[in-house]
Amino acid sequence: MGMTVVEKILARAAGLPSVQVGDVVEPKVDLAMSHENAALVINQFQEVFAGTGLAPKVWDPSRIAIIFDHRVPAESPKTATNQKKIREFVAANGISKFHDIRGDRGGICHQILPEYGYVRPGFVVVGTDSHTTSHGALGAFSFGIGATEMASAWSLGIAVNIEVPATIKVVVTGEFPPFVGPKDLILHLIGRLTAQGANYKVLEFHGETIRRMSTSGRIAICNMSVEAGATSGIVPGDEETVRYLREEAGVTEAIPCVTADADAAYVQTVEIDVSTLAPQIACPHMVDNVKPIEQVQGTKVQQIVIGSCTNGRLDDLAIAADTLRGKKVAEGTRMLVFPASTRIFAQALDKGYVLDLMKAGAVVMNSGCGPCLGVHEGALGDHEVALSTTNRNFKGRMGNPTGDVYLCSPAVAAASALTGVITDPRKGA
Amino acid sequence: MSKVILALGNDISTDDIYPGRFMATVLPSETPQFAFFDRTDFNAQLKAKAFPAGSVIVGGENFGCGSSREQACSTLKGHEVVVVARSIARIFLQNSINLGLKVVICPGIEAGEGDELEITADQVLNRTTGRAFDQVQLPAARKGIMDAGGLIPYTRARLMAKA
Ligand code: SF4
Repeated sequence: MGMTVVEKILARAAGLPSVQVGDVVEPKVDLAMSHENAALVINQFQEVFAGTGLAPKVWDPSRIAIIFDHRVPAESPKTATNQKKIREFVAANGISKFHDIRGDRGGICHQILPEYGYVRPGFVVVGTDSHTTSHGALGAFSFGIGATEMASAWSLGIAVNIEVPATIKVVVTGEFPPFVGPKDLILHLIGRLTAQGANYKVLEFHGETIRRMSTSGRIAICNMSVEAGATSGIVPGDEETVRYLREEAGVTEAIPCVTADADAAYVQTVEIDVSTLAPQIACPHMVDNVKPIEQVQGTKVQQIVIGSCTNGRLDDLAIAADTLRGKKVAEGTRMLVFPASTRIFAQALDKGYVLDLMKAGAVVMNSGCGPCLGVHEGALGDHEVALSTTNRNFKGRMGNPTGDVYLCSPAVAAASALTGVITDPRKGA
Repeated sequence: MSKVILALGNDISTDDIYPGRFMATVLPSETPQFAFFDRTDFNAQLKAKAFPAGSVIVGGENFGCGSSREQACSTLKGHEVVVVARSIARIFLQNSINLGLKVVICPGIEAGEGDELEITADQVLNRTTGRAFDQVQLPAARKGIMDAGGLIPYTRARLMAKA
């Protein structure tokens, strides 16, 4: 019997000729990522060594990445002190893949990892963040874990007790219509599968539409795979993966890709033709409460958000700038834009997008998580409504449990910024 | 016998259990105060220690979905509550096992607040309604971690074995 991509990756990482769904394996970790919650990881890591007589030592400092993004710059002395502790740990342990609060190499963890070529096809990547699924976009098996599990990985260099997950094959065909894109595809898929439809499973993406899709779009769909409960999303590495890693991440060494066997076994196959897809909206307060835009257009919104690890890349900002250039954000609506990394921010400056957006009335914020989790900046007022290109709309997500968050693509968010109500971008075309 | 102190629906997220705005608080000793913070009355009762250890929170499908924040487990562990849910999201389940939060997967569970439950090795008995519900046993792979008393002692033992 053939193997899926994730089965092949796990077999290799566990040193086994093959694995099957349900096998328990201990794969070697190729990359271990944390953000500010490294403060808790460090605490648990020191606990592991307590009383052993061994000096706390990470297994391989070159395989650990730490990126400050959730609260940058720090909003409170408590956060600042957590960040200070992490900085000291990073220095003491020689962790080189560290991205501090900086304007030249900062950003959101799920953008920094691809951008710097830290993730490669075939890697096992773990991260103390549920959207670690993002890195499946580069053909890696990449999944979220808790802080204590990360402390274990830092100690042992393996992920203990991983059950080989079953895989759902998602085959995507057709050309996206104008103003419809990867975000609409993943929202539609989550609506079809439900928030737990892929629980404990992997979504493996195939089809001509995926093959043509840029790495940016692939990151968006793998990022949100977790919203269907998936352990990970994965796009098997291909020409586009190699192009991205060479041209945009500057990788020079060989980039072998892992592909699925033709006779690999899938628990389910989902087929989607995107040629008739409408813009999709995830309505409060669940990501699987997905409706075509026709059913919610006209809903008044106070805050438009474009950014995050889901849709804060250059192509997303280009859509926003193209829509808003020479026009104005509606009165009574505020528009917040936060690029996914400082590199993207700089590129958007070069291309004039930032000025286009500012002149239209948008506030362009620093790269970080910002309004996406609403703990730091961009919180909603009581009973306010946000329309956002981020990935979660749970109650309280944007900092206020009485607020409503609708999720959409950059095209929908930008079109709606001009009107102050949820607006179909296809109408203005 | 344990009383149900909170009965919830499907898709209870870790944002609900432990709101994101308290994420700068990380130490397991400090997180319990923020459990279900936006359910103001319930949070106040937890903080007032109104419930004995072993009290039960009942959830529907996909309990603990969303963010991987481990505070969502340590905050409940701090109150020594037991979670009985129809199904549990992957990272939350793993975090619970790692931290020693007692979770029971019980696909058919029906229980309301105030009901008295008895949790046996393979069933949950609702003594108030007289109905019994089968448990799904936790994955065997997690057994070693639970037997060791959580992931920290488990990892410590593995490290010592290597050294
Ligand atoms: S932008 Fe939002 S989803 Fe992405 S890492 Fe930050 S908080 Fe998480």
